[in-house]
Amino acid sequence: MTRTSAEIQKIRERVHEDLMIRLDPKAKPTPEGGRMHIMVCCGTGCTSSGSMKIIEGLEERISGAGLASEVKVVKTGCFGLCAQGPILMIYPDHIMYTLVSPEDVDEIFESHVVKGEPVKRLLAGEEDAEEISNAMESVDFFSRQMRVALRNCGAIDPENIDEYIARDGYRALEKCISEMDPEEVVDLIKASNLRGRGGAGFPTGVKWSFAAAQQSHEKYVCCNADEGDPGAFMDRSVLEGDPHSVIEAMAIAGYAIGSGQGYIYVRAEYPIAVERLSIAIEQAYEYGLLGHDILGKGFDFDLELRLGAGAFVCGEETALMTSVEGKRGEPRPRPPFPAVSGLFQKPTILNNVETYANIPMIVLRGADWFNSIGTEKSKGTKVFAVGGKIKNTGLVEIPMGTTLREIIYDIGGGIPDGKEFKAAQTGGPSGGCIPASKLDTPIDFDNLLELGSMMGSGGLIVMDEDTCMVDLAKFFLEFTVDESCGKCPPCRIGTKRMLEIVTRITEGKGQPDDLEKLETLARNIKAAALCGLGQTAPNPVLSTMRYFRDEYMAHVIDKKCPAGVCKSMLQFIIYADACKSCGICKKNCPTNAITGDKKTGVPYAIDQDKCVKCGVCMEKCPFKAILKNA
Amino acid sequence: MCGTCAAEMEKKLHAVIDRHRDTRGALIPILHEAQELYGYLPLEVQRTIAEELETPLAEVYGVVSFYSQFTTTPRGKYRISVCMGTACYVKGAGEILDRLKARLSVDVGECTEDGRYSLDACRCIGACGLAPVVTINDEVFGKLQPDDVDEIIDSYDKKEGQV
Repeated sequence: MTRTSAEIQKIRERVHEDLMIRLDPKAKPTPEGGRMHIMVCCGTGCTSSGSMKIIEGLEERISGAGLASEVKVVKTGCFGLCAQGPILMIYPDHIMYTLVSPEDVDEIFESHVVKGEPVKRLLAGEEDAEEISNAMESVDFFSRQMRVALRNCGAIDPENIDEYIARDGYRALEKCISEMDPEEVVDLIKASNLRGRGGAGFPTGVKWSFAAAQQSHEKYVCCNADEGDPGAFMDRSVLEGDPHSVIEAMAIAGYAIGSGQGYIYVRAEYPIAVERLSIAIEQAYEYGLLGHDILGKGFDFDLELRLGAGAFVCGEETALMTSVEGKRGEPRPRPPFPAVSGLFQKPTILNNVETYANIPMIVLRGADWFNSIGTEKSKGTKVFAVGGKIKNTGLVEIPMGTTLREIIYDIGGGIPDGKEFKAAQTGGPSGGCIPASKLDTPIDFDNLLELGSMMGSGGLIVMDEDTCMVDLAKFFLEFTVDESCGKCPPCRIGTKRMLEIVTRITEGKGQPDDLEKLETLARNIKAAALCGLGQTAPNPVLSTMRYFRDEYMAHVIDKKCPAGVCKSMLQFIIYADACKSCGICKKNCPTNAITGDKKTGVPYAIDQDKCVKCGVCMEKCPFKAILKNA
Repeated sequence: MCGTCAAEMEKKLHAVIDRHRDTRGALIPILHEAQELYGYLPLEVQRTIAEELETPLAEVYGVVSFYSQFTTTPRGKYRISVCMGTACYVKGAGEILDRLKARLSVDVGECTEDGRYSLDACRCIGACGLAPVVTINDEVFGKLQPDDVDEIIDSYDKKEGQV
């Protein structure tokens, strides 16, 4: 049943009351809302670590004790601290539990829910913290962040539209269609200086104004949720934790450019996101927030979900649109730009998930507010998916201009196992590696480009001394070679030739002029490739050559891999001084490459011709007598 | 497949096609559902879709072969995917993959002879917080060590009543 705007407002006020205990510890419980909310993270990470079982267990205990109306278990999206999942947050106490397992349910129920005594051993933050304070603010990981795009992730039930509405949801859409002209909406987004969060950082408002200026009765609004960069999961978390924010923003975009139809193109690899989006779209239709005559203001907007099928190139805008049309997702030359001729050859805008998630906030709080955050040319916040060799793997949202050092050390908790930071990779296969000497550069679109990397969609992979930069460049080239659609020769053939060269370098067969050849190829591919995939494909090689040239030289000239990763240059050697002739290595060697006998006193040694460099002997040796010799 | 099951499947396939027939850009959604139905996309299925949509078979095949999620060979009952995203890669996904290959005696893209397991290296599934990650059908296994591989496969073998 569709709702009028007065009815929506009523829902907003009522549910807001119910949810007050999540904001204010002293708020009075309502009959509907109950006295306690147990928020359980159900993002992909926590779900894989068993959060569904925790919910089942909690609900069973709660209803068994007849407390179902008092204590609510809420399924939420990602809190961001994925390394510590599953995560539980209990309101009104503001207590956060980390690394909760289904076996902990009884204790949480009996101690916290029934007696109101928090379970100390599961508390988030420093293990020795005596004080139980407002957990979320006392954890460095959260206190240094600023959540705009992720504002609702972890704070609401993404499958319940009422909770979104209670957090000012759909108010921005209502404001636009009832109080503003389409041009005013476009001008507002322009004035906010919001830049696309998908990678290139094109000004969103300018893009909208191009499409708005086209005279056509058929226009399209698309959302790029084909988050293909390996190591990036920001968009997935927004879709899983706050799908309505994207739906609302797309309707606003439709109003602004004069379009009545939107498509969300989402990766099929994200089943939870697909499910929550489908539920959210259905609910929005039910409330009349999508479809015909939205809120009785005479604006129509329909929204459809389209699933990708595993092609990285479909993250490129023209390829994505071709894929929505049901064809091979190959890019085409621009111009014409999609704003002129895009999906089904009609004017189209395409924005990324995180870009859309910012829109309702800009409408409600104004361009000045947004401009007050960030650096001169990059306004607002950016979400990063921080992963790799870092303690607090997860999702962080920080104001533009924050330094890498702050993200990695203050928020991310630094590198585990006392290892040395070596580089951070941003921008996925289109980006580059940033070395330790640049850790204090403020992060924004332009600075990252200057460093030879790019913002990309926000994946940030941290690497320590054990990562070989040549091997990493090879990893990304393998990726682009595999994902190149094959349409244009510079990308199809050029990246393949680059991979061949890098591969022979990692095999110890590099030739002195290889680096020069790589540079020439890279330059030509960048200049001649058809789309963004090809044009940026050489970046991982170029940036690693720029900052870690000595490592390349070691491979080419000395035939050594300093990080001890490239297998063909490795040798495993048994050091006779430390060897106790126990024979464990010999027993475990899969290729019988180890000789030696304790009884007859033959010393243990590795036959390098038979050795496949699997490293099992080194792993198993109790005396650390076997070492990798690069 | 027995005759009646085949007829049953084909009926379902036609229902899928009919449901999407009027959607613009219907081919990819139809292929997704057809693959769900059959487990893979054999030539006959592609031919039926092409005839029904009145598009050349070459076009359908072109789309099927373009996208990595569509497969023209049967997959195993348990589809094992090793995530090869950057985070998983730097945390040792390659080693996990090697162990799985050795344990199952199959290469990437292959299926065990009994049809129980198929092995794939997949693109980042975005569970980077749990790297390295392996998925088996819809179940996700995270923070893996190479030695965990045997344990996981053992548990599936046990499920099948054979250790």
